[in-house]
Amino acid sequence: MTNRNNAPNNAQKSWLYRPENHKKLWWGFGLILAATVVVQLFVSVHGHFVFDGWFGFSAAFGFVSCALMVVFAKLLGYLLKRPDNYYDDDV
Amino acid sequence: MFELIFPPAFILILGAFLIGPIRAPLRPLIVLGAPLLTLYAIWQMGDGIQLTAQFLNYEIQLIESSPLRRLFATIFAIMAFVGGLFAFRQAKWWELAAAQAYAAGAIGVSFAGDLITMFLFWELMAIFSTVVVWCGGTEGARKAGIRYAIMHLVGGVLLKIGIEGVMVHTGSIEIQPIPLTNIDGWLILIGVLINAAAPPLSAWLADAYPESSPSGSVFLSAFTTKTAVLALILLFPGQQILIWIGLYMIFYGIIYALLENDMRRILAYSIVNQVGFMVCGIGIGTEMAINGASAHAFAHIIYKALLLMSAGSVLYMTGRRKCSELGGLYHSMPLTALCGIIGALAISAFPFTSGFISKSMISQSAADQHLMMVWLLLLAASAGVFLHAGIKFPWFVFFQKDSGLRPKDPPWNMRAAMVLLAAGCILLGVFPEWLYRLLPYPVDYVPYTASHLVTQLQLLLFSGLAFFALLPLMKRTLTISLDFDWVYRRLILSLMNRLICLLSCLNTVLRSAFNRIFTIIWSYIGRHHGPEGMLARTWPTGSVVTWVVVLLTVFLLFSIY
Repeated sequence: MTNRNNAPNNAQKSWLYRPENHKKLWWGFGLILAATVVVQLFVSVHGHFVFDGWFGFSAAFGFVSCALMVVFAKLLGYLLKRPDNYYDDDV
Repeated sequence: MFELIFPPAFILILGAFLIGPIRAPLRPLIVLGAPLLTLYAIWQMGDGIQLTAQFLNYEIQLIESSPLRRLFATIFAIMAFVGGLFAFRQAKWWELAAAQAYAAGAIGVSFAGDLITMFLFWELMAIFSTVVVWCGGTEGARKAGIRYAIMHLVGGVLLKIGIEGVMVHTGSIEIQPIPLTNIDGWLILIGVLINAAAPPLSAWLADAYPESSPSGSVFLSAFTTKTAVLALILLFPGQQILIWIGLYMIFYGIIYALLENDMRRILAYSIVNQVGFMVCGIGIGTEMAINGASAHAFAHIIYKALLLMSAGSVLYMTGRRKCSELGGLYHSMPLTALCGIIGALAISAFPFTSGFISKSMISQSAADQHLMMVWLLLLAASAGVFLHAGIKFPWFVFFQKDSGLRPKDPPWNMRAAMVLLAAGCILLGVFPEWLYRLLPYPVDYVPYTASHLVTQLQLLLFSGLAFFALLPLMKRTLTISLDFDWVYRRLILSLMNRLICLLSCLNTVLRSAFNRIFTIIWSYIGRHHGPEGMLARTWPTGSVVTWVVVLLTVFLLFSIY
């Protein structure tokens, strides 16, 4: 059922995979990110606690907590990761 | 009293019996018709106890209905239908029959008015979900199915002991909140939590679900854990310990999903994560929290099934399941990718998807109770969901690199099932009142405020930034991650091997010691009784005659004097 073509060359690559477009994608993403923070100037964010109404709190909290989780997972991975045939000789 | 009411679960059980013997062309009629009929039956029932029966001298309540129970039964019936639609042309008939019996178990638990009925349907689920796992058809599925069955049977035994304890100590088999004051309550809680994939026994889920068939995982994702959520709501609302168990499950799911390479195992870990949100809500226990947990269960079943259908379609069309072997499929499987992305956005609680209107109720209830730490952890977890399921799954499967694979979208019935669920995710997100109207308590919550939209978008999009910025740290490796199942798949096994080794050493030592003692005794006996032994020596006839003469002489002398 699987069609495996020969590896496509650069011209055949879809728009997303062409290296020259990576920068555009990052710029687009950056603009959207900036917009979500800037819009807080015009929308009053009423938090449940003291700190969660601060300017850009959710953005910073989202980024930092995710970065921590990724790094924690990476470190835990050194301890817990095994080759994926580890249990293959199970009875 | 005889009432003309038929338990909705029995319709599906009947359907499950018919699927096998009926002629193949008529099978879809049962697979799709029985769940719809069940849905109709569910909505025909009024609230309260509707049907009782005698069982072992107990009056059991086969049907007790309430808005909460109806909500869960409704989504179970919907999933039996949409799952059947996804599966009926590709899956074997015995998988379809098992799935229908499995759904019957879930709906039976939903309406169970007493602990005995609940237990019977609970075990029905355990048996037929095991069959669904086995329908994966591989050696891996066979072994995982056995481990799955053992885990659920152990859970069932604990539940049974707990239920009997409650029956003996209180004399009541009613389903009502059970206090954790003695061992009975704890045993029931543990039995239910095993089905909810709570720590430490959460590994069964990520172990078994990814081994099932492409359609099997869709059924599995819906029923077992969510009936456990319903049971927790009915039996243990507001138990504080559930808050912390739930939070553990949430972060366990995120971290393990981040480490995982198998696309369906990523989604399996994310089930634990999502059930964690519900368990946490049940632990908070306010009306808002219970509403949130119920709404989240409903929304979750839809988007998780959608995600697993999307992953199942990829598996069905490519035969591959590892992220490291996939990528770039969005071009040739646009519909599967689109539906996968909608499911991913919904699980991440993006605005205008079902997750946004359900998960936020749980966070709101934490804030209302001034549980700041819980609220902060839930917020971090929401960001983490986007990280591990919202971006990771679609990114590694449909984008990432060009894997060179060019599979088409799956057959029409699989596409239709995905489109239905994707529509469900969006419609519930846009018209939250449709779901809010079905919740157990009146809803006093407005999800769409400018403030909520802005903060949620900030949270999610900056999580996305963290994902792409730290992408090198998440390079896929051909690995699995050790979990608690290591204890019973390796540690106990190796301890047993050592015990066997120890026993065989002991055996050798004892044998040789026994041999030596035996030899000593043998040689001692031999010395006296052996052929050369003193006592076994033959005596010459002459000496015997001499002794006889002596004796006779002595006797003569005595008789003379």
